[in-house]
Amino acid sequence: MSNKYLLEEKLPFCKGCGHSLIAMGIDKSLQELNCSPFDVIIVTDIGCHGIVDKCFTTHTIHGLHGRSVALAAGISMSLENPNKKIIVFIGDGGATIGMQHILDAAHNNFNMTVIVHNNMLYGMTGGQQSEFTPLGFKTPTLKEGADHSGYDICEMASSAGANYVSRILTNMEMYKTFTEAITNNGFSLVEVLELCPSYGVKSNPGMKLINIANEAGIPIKLYYNKMREPFKLAVKNAPKPLINEKLFIQPKRNHKLTKPISILISGSAGEGVQTAAELFTQAAIKSGLHATKKSSYPVTVGIGFSSAEIILSPKNILFTGSSCPDFAIVTSNDGLDYSLAILKKAESGQLIIDSSLAIPETKMKILKNGFRSKFTNKFAALFSLAFFLESSEIFPKKVFVEVCSESKLAAKINLEELFELNSVKN
Amino acid sequence: MEIDDQIIFTDNSRLVIESLAQAGADVFIGYPITPANLLYSYASERFPIFLAAPDEITTLQWMTGFSSTSRIPVTATSFPGFALMIESINMAYMMELPMIIILVQRLGPSTGTATIGSQGDISILNGIISGGMAIPTFCVGDSIDCWEISAKAVETAVNLRTPVIILTSKEEMMTMADVDCTKLKKIEQIKRNYFESDDTYVPYKPESNLVPQFLPINNNKHQVRITSSTHNTKGIIQNSTHEALFNSKRLHNKMIKNQNAFCLFDYNEAKKSETLLISYGITSLAAKEAIESLREIGKHVSLLIVKTLFPIPKIIFECVINHKNVIVAEENLTGQYRQILFGANSSKNISGVNEFGRMITPNEIINEVLKYEQ
Ligand SMILES: Cc1ncc(C[n+]2csc(CCOP(=O)(O)OP(=O)(O)O)c2C)c(N)n1
Ligand code: SF4
Repeated sequence: MSNKYLLEEKLPFCKGCGHSLIAMGIDKSLQELNCSPFDVIIVTDIGCHGIVDKCFTTHTIHGLHGRSVALAAGISMSLENPNKKIIVFIGDGGATIGMQHILDAAHNNFNMTVIVHNNMLYGMTGGQQSEFTPLGFKTPTLKEGADHSGYDICEMASSAGANYVSRILTNMEMYKTFTEAITNNGFSLVEVLELCPSYGVKSNPGMKLINIANEAGIPIKLYYNKMREPFKLAVKNAPKPLINEKLFIQPKRNHKLTKPISILISGSAGEGVQTAAELFTQAAIKSGLHATKKSSYPVTVGIGFSSAEIILSPKNILFTGSSCPDFAIVTSNDGLDYSLAILKKAESGQLIIDSSLAIPETKMKILKNGFRSKFTNKFAALFSLAFFLESSEIFPKKVFVEVCSESKLAAKINLEELFELNSVKN
Repeated sequence: MEIDDQIIFTDNSRLVIESLAQAGADVFIGYPITPANLLYSYASERFPIFLAAPDEITTLQWMTGFSSTSRIPVTATSFPGFALMIESINMAYMMELPMIIILVQRLGPSTGTATIGSQGDISILNGIISGGMAIPTFCVGDSIDCWEISAKAVETAVNLRTPVIILTSKEEMMTMADVDCTKLKKIEQIKRNYFESDDTYVPYKPESNLVPQFLPINNNKHQVRITSSTHNTKGIIQNSTHEALFNSKRLHNKMIKNQNAFCLFDYNEAKKSETLLISYGITSLAAKEAIESLREIGKHVSLLIVKTLFPIPKIIFECVINHKNVIVAEENLTGQYRQILFGANSSKNISGVNEFGRMITPNEIINEVLKYEQ
């Protein structure tokens, strides 16, 4: 055998270890395929099988225990080149800890070939059992034998969607299966059953591989050789910059603030609090103010409170937190519950609250209005901010109207009517 | 106030993603987690390649695969996801493959509170590489930082062949503010250099700056070996040969040797001030405000805002020498960066302003300063 892909040095495994036969089988298969060694990328896992990469003349990459398939997936997706042969060496140990990566790669049909070196135990760490150890199989740490059956990786990879799946025993003909697997342009998995002479054979004297397979009900056979299209990487052509003229606000100094103020608006999810707060803040910026906005809502965004903290300032804002708002606007019961503690703590400031709500304990000056009744609940937040603007005159109402009418809201409500209603103060 | 045409109202997540993309990062791989989700969604629009990974270990492995073929991958996560990534970040570090990991801090321990910010992951970053090697860790405070440091992170990752961390928190990534785009400097796309000689390529042979030249694993001319176990210059696994240990130590030494190229900070020394205030990230904004207020009442205090947290910048100790008292303000329970800098046994002239579960206010910093500067 001319060692085109394997260097002519001794393989690093114990005498009689199936891992050697697999390495030689891959070498022979690559010879059959006659590709450049630089068209081959061997990705090795951690385990005895993984220390073989130094013997290959191909590109090699040696990563973590159990993660080789995911690493290979990154390479495969990135290259998307059927001429590059990505071959993963992984043990039953790696396949146990990294099972999800195998199923995921099969499911996505990433173009690669995974050789599972299944010697039914963790060779490198001293022969402990894996989830591939068959019922009754003994290992140095499992003297009574496994009390449950092992994974059937071929069934699992098949149902996940692999293109090519086959289980074989270690022998000199393996290369034929490897060639089939490597030439399949999609996800291929070959499970090679082996016995580890150092731990498996010693713990189970006289046991034959074929008998183990038969008893475990894991047939030696070709499961699949189909031609499903491999994964295709979507690449966006010239994606648009996230900063563009559409976002530019042309501010005109037109406000009455001489020092920073903070506003808390709290209402209910689904009642437009965040949109209203965002448009309001935008209008403030358009009026020449500096502004920040933060939002708070429960993880279930569609229900419960929804609240926004806004800071407006004539000068640059550094610290964006605020312990006590100068203005609190509350438009619903959820919003009230959320802000009770803050309102109680407040020493001064103004509370603008929907007329339907109970007045909470607070030292803030109270201003009531029917935000929910005069317009629909859905726009209670917008209405309340329009009202706040009307009463505070921080910046001109017309700028807020302008910003709203340029937004998606314009199509949903009659803005004029909403802003008009506000003029009637109560 | 200067009124300008190019004001936008945005969160900083937009600036980070745009800056990374302009600097040449081309793949974003993510697994959703609050408060990093805005980064994820901007990236889904902006990055030429965007992939949703099934978990954070896969995220890092895919990124490493992409990086080995010469792309520049980015991800964004928070502690729960970051914890899962750590072994794989070590792998990419050992393999010397560039990538950017944005860690958006939230309140821990464990899953903690997803929607509350924090600066609680500093200690873990200091020790994230097994062996104690430094990994470049930037920390952003305001929008200009987000813009400039993100691009710098790409440059650092590529030039030093290393994963780079951008540390931030919920507050920086989710709060919306007015940003003047005329203040955002033009970003040049990173130019990558590859090994070009006809000689044998030795993948971990360092140049004079201690960084080895790079070749993608799919090149057709030279064999490439990439290894995450202890290895020699050829990328071949070795137990503890002199050459292999030298190689592992080099990973740290290359960071120190090139530290000046990515050591970012803002230092404002107040003449005759005996007190130095140190801060970083979100708390640095409160610190700036505190310094301004103190100045208004005639107290002049020096301020050092650290923007490259690791490897620890030497400038910190140069600034410390000139002051009698040091205050470190950071939003965590125990003063993590303070302890890293000065040890667990803080002396009476070294103190912290710390909070857990909420932002530190300028007033809290002022009060601490006034203890020294009466
Ligand atoms: C995350 C992690 N856990 C545990 C280990 C220790 N470890 C090294 S190899 C190995 C098992 C190897 O068994 P297998 O994958 O079946 O390969 P074999 O040695 O049998 O070829 C384990 C558990 C590790 N390297 N990484
Ligand atoms: S311990 Fe077992 S698996 Fe590992 S090299 Fe030896 S025989 Fe092979």
